[in-house]
Amino acid sequence: MPEASARPRDAALGSGLGRVLILVYGVFALSASARALVQITTHFSEAPLAYLLSAFAGLVYISATVGLAVGGVRGRLIALVSCTIELLGVLTIGILSVADAGDFPDDTVWSRFGSGYGYVPLVLPFIGLWWIWRHRPRN
Amino acid sequence: MNGPLSVVTIVAALVLAAWYLLRSALNRAPSRVDLLLAAAFSVLIAVFTVVAVVSLFGDSRPSDTATFVGYLITTFAFIPVALYLARLEPTRWGSLILGVACLVIPVLVLRLQQIAEVTGA
Repeated sequence: MPEASARPRDAALGSGLGRVLILVYGVFALSASARALVQITTHFSEAPLAYLLSAFAGLVYISATVGLAVGGVRGRLIALVSCTIELLGVLTIGILSVADAGDFPDDTVWSRFGSGYGYVPLVLPFIGLWWIWRHRPRN
Repeated sequence: MNGPLSVVTIVAALVLAAWYLLRSALNRAPSRVDLLLAAAFSVLIAVFTVVAVVSLFGDSRPSDTATFVGYLITTFAFIPVALYLARLEPTRWGSLILGVACLVIPVLVLRLQQIAEVTGA
């Protein structure tokens, strides 16, 4: 990788554990987006809210992946915002879907705290935020 | 789709995942044997994929064919991609990449089974 010298020190791409983190985030970005794409293109009218939410979750995972991978001031900001939205999303949708299943006739990544995905969506934002916190700039 | 091949694939994935996670915990980079094991596992998954593709042309075709094929492509490509990334990362984290990838495979196989159960016939 020729651009390695220009990479910010906190870029997750620059360390082994960070690469694993990006792999997991990338898998979620891909699966959430692909799922939303299939849902929206084939049977959008059945549960528009749930499918739009899936698409939104997919975009958030993509931006979190990119933010963590790139690092630097901008990357950190993108990752921080994305991981925070993720955390709020999985908690809000988790609580709503447990309390009242009627609003969410079809599953999203965040339904029931991500139980359909082995609760990884619930754990992932914490790991992402921990990564950002651990690599905070030292003054 | 629900035959012994699926079971073999899932068990192999879990055993390999445990092995790679152990290697990572012991601070070992993927050895040549580890990489060869992953390559052999890719071959097993390739066989699994071929069997699944053949089932697409049988009478019990899953009604959600697009999703099925999507998952199938992901399953087929997953370990080779992880293998490539693990070779780029010759540290304990390379072992962790292989371990995580092996943990994803059972999920993909189970999803494929779920989708295959709903047939259009």
